[in-house]
Amino acid sequence: MSGDRASDRINQRILAVDHLSMRFGGIVAVNDLSFEAGQRQITALIGPNGAGKTTVFNCITGFYKPTGGTMRLTHEGAPAIALERLNDFRISKQAKVARTFQNIRLFPGMTALENLMVAQHNALMLASGLTFLGLIGAPSWRVAEQRAIDLATFWLKRIGLLDRADDAAGNLPYGDQRRLEIARAMCTEPALLCLDEPAAGLNARESAALSELLLSIRAEQGTSILLIEHDMSVVMEISDHVVVMDYGVKIAEGSPQQVRDDPKVIAAYLGADEEEAIAVMESGT
Amino acid sequence: MTGVSGSPSEPKPAAGAPGFGAVLKTGATSAFVALILFSLMIGIRTEAGPTGQLIYWTRFGDLASLVAAVFVGSIAVELVRQWWGPAGGRVVPASVQNGLSIAGRFVAPALLVFTLLVPVIFYDQRYILDLGILVLTYVMLGWGLNVVVGLAGLLDLGYVAFYAVGAYSYALLATNFGLSFWICLPLAGILASLWGVLLGFPVLRLRGDYLAIVTLAFGEIIRLVIINWQSLTGGPNGISGIPRPSLFGIPLTPGDDGLAAMLGIEFSPTHRIVFLFYLILALALLTNWVTIRLRRLPIGRAWEALREDEVACRALGINTTTTKLTAFATGAMFGGFAGAFFATRQGFISPESFTFQESALVLAIVVLGGMGSQLGVALAALAMIGGFELFRGLEQYRMLVFGLAMVLLMIWRPRGLIGHRAPTVYLKHAQAISSDLVKEGHG
Amino acid sequence: MDYFAQQLINGLVLGSIYGLIAIGYTMVYGIVGMINFAHGDIFMIGGFIALITFLVLVSFGLTAIPVILLIVLLVSMAITALYGWTVERIAYRPLRHSFRLAPMLSAIGMSFVLINYSQVAQGARVKPIPPLITGGYTLHEGSGGFVVQLSNIQIVVVITTVVLLAIFTWLVARTRLGRDMRACEQDQTMAALLGVDVDRTISMTFVIGAALAAVAGMMYLLYYGLVDFFMGFVAGIKAFTAAVLGGIGSLPGAMLGGLAIGLIETMWSAYFSVEYKDVAAFSILIVVLIFMPTGLLGRPEVEKV
Repeated sequence: MSGDRASDRINQRILAVDHLSMRFGGIVAVNDLSFEAGQRQITALIGPNGAGKTTVFNCITGFYKPTGGTMRLTHEGAPAIALERLNDFRISKQAKVARTFQNIRLFPGMTALENLMVAQHNALMLASGLTFLGLIGAPSWRVAEQRAIDLATFWLKRIGLLDRADDAAGNLPYGDQRRLEIARAMCTEPALLCLDEPAAGLNARESAALSELLLSIRAEQGTSILLIEHDMSVVMEISDHVVVMDYGVKIAEGSPQQVRDDPKVIAAYLGADEEEAIAVMESGT
Repeated sequence: MTGVSGSPSEPKPAAGAPGFGAVLKTGATSAFVALILFSLMIGIRTEAGPTGQLIYWTRFGDLASLVAAVFVGSIAVELVRQWWGPAGGRVVPASVQNGLSIAGRFVAPALLVFTLLVPVIFYDQRYILDLGILVLTYVMLGWGLNVVVGLAGLLDLGYVAFYAVGAYSYALLATNFGLSFWICLPLAGILASLWGVLLGFPVLRLRGDYLAIVTLAFGEIIRLVIINWQSLTGGPNGISGIPRPSLFGIPLTPGDDGLAAMLGIEFSPTHRIVFLFYLILALALLTNWVTIRLRRLPIGRAWEALREDEVACRALGINTTTTKLTAFATGAMFGGFAGAFFATRQGFISPESFTFQESALVLAIVVLGGMGSQLGVALAALAMIGGFELFRGLEQYRMLVFGLAMVLLMIWRPRGLIGHRAPTVYLKHAQAISSDLVKEGHG
Repeated sequence: MDYFAQQLINGLVLGSIYGLIAIGYTMVYGIVGMINFAHGDIFMIGGFIALITFLVLVSFGLTAIPVILLIVLLVSMAITALYGWTVERIAYRPLRHSFRLAPMLSAIGMSFVLINYSQVAQGARVKPIPPLITGGYTLHEGSGGFVVQLSNIQIVVVITTVVLLAIFTWLVARTRLGRDMRACEQDQTMAALLGVDVDRTISMTFVIGAALAAVAGMMYLLYYGLVDFFMGFVAGIKAFTAAVLGGIGSLPGAMLGGLAIGLIETMWSAYFSVEYKDVAAFSILIVVLIFMPTGLLGRPEVEKV
C-alpha cells in the first residue's frame, strides 16, 4: 500500500518492524504489525485511541518485551540491530533510539539545564573516567563537561528556553516542558527519535512551532523521527510516511495524502463501516 | 496530566467564631477514647510476682491524670489548629524567606568553624567532647545514608547493617591480625560496600515500601547472624579489647613512646578524646566533600535523576542497575567507615548497638534534614542527638518521644528542615528549587 | 515420621496465628497501599490487653474457663480495635495525600510509640501466665516412644481462627462494608464519587485488622503462656512475609501465607537450627519479593509507561 518511493526506502530504512505482536494475558494489544521507517524521514503512527500505538513504542524502546516478531534498527552503513533482544537502557545507549512520553517525564526537581546534562550521562561517565577523573578534577574531564554544557545550551537556544535554563523543570509551562523533553531526547544524539503525542495539549501556534522544530531536526541533525500523533495538522504537514493502526493491526500505510483519503482510515476514526465512509466521501460531504 | 485528588479528609477552614462547644466536644471525645485505651494498660499494672505467678495492682490515679491531660491537650491542639490554619498551609512572607536564605549561607561555614574550635573551647569538659563525638558520628551516618535515600531515593531501612559490618570488620581485623586502624579503615569501607552491593542486587526491582521492608529484613539478618555466629563474632558478648587508634603509628599513651612525650607536653587522657574528635570530624568532612563532588559528576546526577523518574532514566540510556548499586555501595562505604571509628572509640562492640532503632534514627535524621541537603542533615543530627541527651535519666520515655516526634514531623514538615534543593550546574544563577517539586523517590 | 507429624501440627497452629496478623497487613495494603509498620505492635497490645483482662477476671473470682475466654476475647478485640482506629486517625489519615515516605515513617514512629508505651506502662519484664487450657489428645504413639499430641489449646486456636476467617470472608463478600472496601481498593476517588464514605471505610479496615490481630495476640498468650513488649516486632515482619507470600491484597492468600510461614519456621527449628529460625523467615521475605513479588494468589501488575 506504499505509493511513495518504496524501492528507495527499502534501501535506506532505519527501522523495520516485522510481524510484531504483543499480548498481555488474554489481550492482544498488537497483532502481526509490519512497517518501515525511512532514514532521515518522519514517519507517523496514527490511529484511534486504544489502537496499540504506545504499545508499539514501548516495544521499540524496550519497555515491553514483544511476544513475537522482530524490530531491526539499521544505522547508516552499519549492520542491523535486533531491538527485541536489547534491554531497555541499551536501546537508547547502543541503538541510539530516544523517546518522549505521553505524560511528560521530565525530572521536575532539576533545572532545565540539569535535565539536558543527565541526557548526556553516558558520554560524561566515560569522560569522567567512571567518576575517578572527575573526582580529582582532571582537565580532560573539565573539557568534556564544558562540551556537554555547550550542547545543552545549543538545544536550549534552539527551543527558545535559554533564559529559563536555571529554572526547575517542574515550574515550566506545559508547552515548554514538551519542548524540553524533546531537547533532552536530542541531547542523547539519537539516530531515531520516537515521540509519543508531542503535540498533545498544544494550541495551534505551539503546534506550528513544534512542526517547525521537528522539520529542522530532520534537516539539520539528520535524525529519523517516528511519531505518534492525534493532531492531524502536524501529521499532514511534516510526515513523509504514515502508518495507520486500529485494534492492534495495521489498516493502512502510505503518504499523508493517500492515508487521508483512505476509506478504511476514515471508517476507523469515525467508528463507522467502510461502505458508509465511501458513501459519505462520494456524496461530497 | 495530574489526577483528581478528591480528598474527603481535607480539613475544613475555620468558620467565624471557633465554636467552643465543638472544641469541647472534641476534647471530650479524645478523653473518652483515651480512657478506654488506657483503662487496662495504665490503670492496671501487672508484674511477675516473687513466686513467679502474675500479680497486679491498680493505678487509677495515674489513669485519671493521663485522661485529664489528654482532655486538656486535645482542646489545646484544636484551638491552635483553628487559630493557625490547616497544617502546611502557612505562607512565610517573602522578606522572611529572603532573610533566612541569606542567613543560611553563613550558617554552614559558621557551624564548621565552631565545630573545629569545640575541643579548644571545651577542653576540660569531657562530657561535651564525648557528646560532640557522638553527634559527629551520627552526622557522618546521616551523610552516608543521604546518598542512598536523599540523592538516589532508595528507601533503606537497614543502614545499620553497614555500620555493623564496618565495626566488626575493624574489630576482627585488629584483634586477630593486629592491623593498625589506618589499614583497617579502608578495608572496613570496602567490606561494607561489598555488602552494599550484595544488598543492592536483590532489591533492584523493588519499589517504595517493599524496598524498605527488605532492607529492614536485611539489617535484622545481619544482626541475628552476628548474635548467633558466636565463634566468629563472640555472639551477644561482642568483641572487646579493640585497640585504640594511633596517630599513624604513634600511640596516645603516657609512655615514653607516646605522642605526648614526642611533643614534649604532659600527657593527659583528654588527648585521646580530642584526637578521636578530630578523627571523626575529618571522616565526616571527607564524606561531605565526596558527596558534594559526586553530585556534580554524572554519577551523582544520575542518582538524583533516578530519584526523580526512573523510567525516564532508562529511556535516556542510563543503566539504572549500576546506578542503584553504586548508590548502595557508596552509602555503605561511609557507613563502614563510621562503624570502624565506632569500634575504635568504644574499644568494645556488641550486637546491642546495631538494632533497627539505629537505622530508624539515622533515617529520621536524613528525612528531618530535608533529603539531599548536607547542612540540613548536620543540623538534624545535632537536634536529634542533642535532644536524646536531654533525656538522660528519662531513658525509658526516649523512644516514646522519638516515635511521637517522627509522627509529628511527618504531619507538619515531611520534606524536612531545609525546604529546597540546590542545583549542581547553572548557566547564570543557581536558583534553589523548592522541595515541593523534588520527588522523594520510590526506589 | 511421628516427629514430623507433630511439627506439622505445631506449624499449622503457629501459622494460624501468623495468618490472623497477616490479614491485617494485606487488607491495609490493599486499600491504602501502605505497609502498616505498627500492626505487629497492635498484635502485641492485643496480647497485653488479653493478659490484663484475664488477670482481672480471675481476681474477681470467675472460674468458668469458657466464660473467661469469651469475655477476654471480646474485650481485647474491642479495645485493641480502638487502638487500631486511634493509630489510623492520628498517624495515617492526616498523611493520606502526602508523599509516599510520610505514612511509612509515621508508622515506624507509631511502632516505637506502642513498644515503648507498653514497656513503660507494664514494665520491661516478660509476663507469664499459668496455662489456662490444659490437656489434649494423644494422636499416635510411635514405636520409638515419641508421642504425637494435639493439645486442647491447639484445637482452640485453630477453631477460633477458622470461625473468624469464615465470619470475616462473609463480611467482605456479602456486606455493604465489604463491598465498600473492595471499591476503595480499586479506585478511591470513584468510590467517593459514588457515595462511599472513604474515611469510614478505611477506618473500619484498620479496625477489623486490629481486632483480628488482637485475637492473634490472645491466642499467642494462651499458646505460649507469655507476652513481652517486643514480641510484635519480629512477629510483625513474619506476618508481613506471610501476607506477601500469599499475595498482597488477597485474604485467603494471607492465611495461606501464614500457614506456610508457620510451617517453615517450625520445620526449620525442628530440623535445622533454632537460633537461626528468624533468619530463615526474613530470608523467605527477600526470596519471595525477588522471585515471586505477587505471591501465590496475587495478581501480576504491569508497569504503565
